[in-house]
Amino acid sequence: MTTYFIQAFIYLCAAVIAVPLAKRLGLGSVLGYLIAGVVIGPVTNLVGHETGTIQHFAEFGVVMMLFLVGLELEPKSLWAMRQRLLGLGGLQVSITVVLAAGIALLFGLSPMMSLAVGLIFSLSSTAIVLQTFNEKGLTKTDGGRAAFSVLLFQDIAVIPMLALIPLLAMPELVQHGHDIAHADAHHGDTHGHHEELSLVAGLPGWLQAIITISAIAAVVAGGHFLSRPLLRYVASSGLREIFTTTALMLVIGIAALMSLVGLSPALGTFLAGVVLATSEFRHELESDIEPFKGILLGLFFITVGAGIRFDILSDNLGLILGLTLGLIILKATVLFILAIIFNVRSSDRWLLTLSLAQAGEFGFVLISFSVQNNVLPVELSQVLAMVVAISMFLTPGLFICFEKFIVPRFEAQENAKEDDIDDRGTVIIAGIGRVGQIINRMLVANGIRTIVLDNQVGQVDVMRSINVKSYFGDASRPDLLHTAGIEEAKLLVIAIDDRVRSVELAHHVRKTFPYISILARAYDRGHSYELRNAGADVIISETYFSAVELGRQSLVEMGMHPFKAEQLKHYFVDTEHAHDETLYESWRDMEEANNFTGHYRDLFMQLEDLLRKAMSKDRSDGHSLSERGWTPPPKNYADSLESDK
Amino acid sequence: MTNKVLLLFAHPSQDRSEANAPLFSIAQQMPNITAVDLYREYPALHIDIEREQQRLREHQVILFMFPLYWYSTPAILKEWQDLVLEYGFAYGKDGTALHGKTFLCALTAGGSCDAYRKGGYNNFSLRELLRPLEQTAILTGMHYLPPFALFGSRKAVDEGRLAEHEDEWRRLLNALIDGSLDLARAAECEKLSGEIAALVR
Repeated sequence: MTTYFIQAFIYLCAAVIAVPLAKRLGLGSVLGYLIAGVVIGPVTNLVGHETGTIQHFAEFGVVMMLFLVGLELEPKSLWAMRQRLLGLGGLQVSITVVLAAGIALLFGLSPMMSLAVGLIFSLSSTAIVLQTFNEKGLTKTDGGRAAFSVLLFQDIAVIPMLALIPLLAMPELVQHGHDIAHADAHHGDTHGHHEELSLVAGLPGWLQAIITISAIAAVVAGGHFLSRPLLRYVASSGLREIFTTTALMLVIGIAALMSLVGLSPALGTFLAGVVLATSEFRHELESDIEPFKGILLGLFFITVGAGIRFDILSDNLGLILGLTLGLIILKATVLFILAIIFNVRSSDRWLLTLSLAQAGEFGFVLISFSVQNNVLPVELSQVLAMVVAISMFLTPGLFICFEKFIVPRFEAQENAKEDDIDDRGTVIIAGIGRVGQIINRMLVANGIRTIVLDNQVGQVDVMRSINVKSYFGDASRPDLLHTAGIEEAKLLVIAIDDRVRSVELAHHVRKTFPYISILARAYDRGHSYELRNAGADVIISETYFSAVELGRQSLVEMGMHPFKAEQLKHYFVDTEHAHDETLYESWRDMEEANNFTGHYRDLFMQLEDLLRKAMSKDRSDGHSLSERGWTPPPKNYADSLESDK
Repeated sequence: MTNKVLLLFAHPSQDRSEANAPLFSIAQQMPNITAVDLYREYPALHIDIEREQQRLREHQVILFMFPLYWYSTPAILKEWQDLVLEYGFAYGKDGTALHGKTFLCALTAGGSCDAYRKGGYNNFSLRELLRPLEQTAILTGMHYLPPFALFGSRKAVDEGRLAEHEDEWRRLLNALIDGSLDLARAAECEKLSGEIAALVR
């Protein structure tokens, strides 16, 4: 147990030190993790052989990431990208396999080995690329989408590749392979599929196919019909940790099912994500899974760094670096040509080219699987693993190149195209009760995109039933705001009932996003001051205008001319408004003086008193605003104008 | 000597404006001009009298800018006059706050120049139609200048006439600021548009 604690501490500590540093230096978090790994692994030898085991475990982060990616992608948009998925993805994999295998042949490898090398190098790193896209806000660019379709195809293609590799076995390696299998550091995580628990092993092909297809159908149908009642049931219990547990259970359960039938867990959770993308629980699920994914992926990147073996690297330095460079150039060239064919333009073309030029984590899987199946000799596999690792290591550098050199070149061209309706930015509305509903209807009717959040499942249900896009979740939680896209939003409208939460929300958002405008609905005056103190820009008390309106109507009922009553209403509002600042200041002084008692009643009485005094002063002055407009001139005023003439 | 210009702009549907919007934006970018979008500041037509009077005191040239609606200003400018030009401020006993200032209108009119004359379908010249404003200026002690107008404004952009008008607009504003406009001769004209080059000293 103690050893585990120490190891976990070393990994976490390395991440805590290196990642913020890398981020600050503009290198991105992925490079930070990789460097942290190199430092605790080959440089200081703080961690050792468990790296491989941890890596296998951490690969589950990729599964979670694909679930999250699926959540972002509605079935409609997945269908819309089918052409790129099959065309761009398929061509990228097949052309890269053929070219890489051809080059391997030239190096004197056997055809079977060459094919294995081609397969290994054709894959890119979903983990690094999607993580970096996310961090740099590139996910929704055309290049980002194209890269994603290629990655998705690769993730699917891994499955037939794993099936193909055992067929490439080299007879002379079989015996040798058995001898070293035990000595292999990666032994723990590399036992083949046939050894794993499986539902389909040993069954005839047609039965396997039926089971596989019904598993996929189960995920889709279950996601569609069962998940909502389940999540609603859990959400209405109001226990946050149980919702998180449910989210984890779903992802892990699907991953388990997929593994049982011999499919990729990543693919299964991705599908489940797509199915749930239209659900009202989408943002809540996202923010629950996100931290797990983040930690696991980080861990995964550390293990990649830690797995770099300096001894192998220094023995074959020229070869490894040459191969890595060659690999990146080869993959980039293929991608660039495909980008032209598939009409990916300007800076997006370069994004696609540079982002996918590395080999990826599935490369490690294929390498160890190949060694195990006696397709590749151990010495060669170690060199290949170094090439994969170093190409991943260089990827953040390629992203920096993209940002520093490519983007500025195209920026001028692209600026001219802006001014789209989509560029208006979104409005996040927290709370879809009576207030939020009206705000939302006004905005949506005027073509402004809104994202509505509410923490009452029933309310969200009602809204969804009348076609208002809304999501379940507690808007006062920072992570949920993040998944709702607060970074890109222009406005946050706080319309939640809970006084304390609305103030917390205003406070947090103001602190984290200084430039967003915060509009808030206040319960009463004290609440409006709290909101103002917390940093809300515009605050409207929920009852204020209806009360003033009723007051005006009462004056009319009492026999006052409606226009005069309207003027008096404005006068009332203006007088209050004119004293807003003083009242707020005195409230704040009191608030600071006795922090704990908060005697709102006393306070309120005092404020009302101040207001009454202010209003009566104006009246006795004879300078009231209401008297001012349309005051006729003195009766004899025309006489003096006559005499001036 | 530098005059400060108070430009009171009244246009209730600026998203559909082809001429006024660019002209207003030119004025907004010039120094020594306080460009006020009245409908923006008072969307409910609830005008702050004190504030508007203070603005008047601080400027030497008062300029109304608007599209001509039924031979007069849009409603908010009439409301503004009714509320802001108070007895005791703009006229009557001690009502001398505006004395000596210069007042003029810059407007856009749908009809062609030919329509605004005796025998044209609008029967009167623009200056004649704006007599109420002219007399308001006289009563409040201001120097009245004839209107600076863009005629046929709905087709001005399509016919490529706006750029020329914009240039003249810039010259007018500059001349008002640096005092190089010949006020006496300007006051004699039927309209200022088309005449600026001749009126700048």
